Amino acid sequence: MPQSPSIRIEILSRADLLAPVRAMLISFSERFGFDEIETGHLALAVDEALANVIRHGYESRPNGRIWISIFPLEEPERRIRIEIEDEGRQTDPAEITSRDLAVVRPGGLGVNIMQEVTDTCEFQRRAPGGMRLILEKTPRSAADASDQHHTGPSENGSQ
Amino acid sequence: MNNGQELDIQVENRDDSVIVTPIGEVDLARSPSLRSRLKQVLGESPNRLVVDLSQVPYMDSSGVATLVEALQQCRAHDCSLFLAGLQDRVRSVFEIARLDTVFTMTADTTSALDA
Repeated sequence: MPQSPSIRIEILSRADLLAPVRAMLISFSERFGFDEIETGHLALAVDEALANVIRHGYESRPNGRIWISIFPLEEPERRIRIEIEDEGRQTDPAEITSRDLAVVRPGGLGVNIMQEVTDTCEFQRRAPGGMRLILEKTPRSAADASDQHHTGPSENGSQ
Repeated sequence: MNNGQELDIQVENRDDSVIVTPIGEVDLARSPSLRSRLKQVLGESPNRLVVDLSQVPYMDSSGVATLVEALQQCRAHDCSLFLAGLQDRVRSVFEIARLDTVFTMTADTTSALDA
């Protein structure tokens, strides 16, 4: 990653720290240009990611370390990139999959939610240990502007 | 005393129905409070359980899982479960999980009690 994050914070693997992280992320993403629904979805994705690290990576031990890095990116399009890193149990990224939502049962929805509300949701093994999750999301306003830039003349009826 | 992790939950009995009203965000830290209270309420075998979510501005998948558990318990004990007054952000989580059609959702508690 050539660019330094605008924000990099370290938290312990405690569920009571999810709310302050959400508050920080909501404030940041609102100012970045995400609308209210997108902001909520971004906070939800990070919340689910942190909950997975706490429950599965650290098996609910409260003293694990988690790093959250936020990269506001402009090229090739305006978007936010969030990396979540830990030193917990490693899992084969290929085994981290969404589940069949037709089966109504409690739990296992985190990956579905993260994939649904972000543009990129990529799990990686982290060296020397732990996992890294990369989430990326483009504000709807930026995506719309990009579409207009590429299709502008035809949308106006011009050939 | 509430240390910030305990979810404030109000419970009201009306005839053979129970209205459970959690107040605040429901996340991994707080969903155990909701799960415990719902389990306690369902232990009293109501005919109808209404979970009033009008004062819940945020819910993650642990909260949703808690309500799915409650739904399964209700089905096993012939109790009708209603989710009332969901805010847009919370409703969207149920939609993402394709659970918006699994639960019976109403605009408010009055509609749930009249259903």
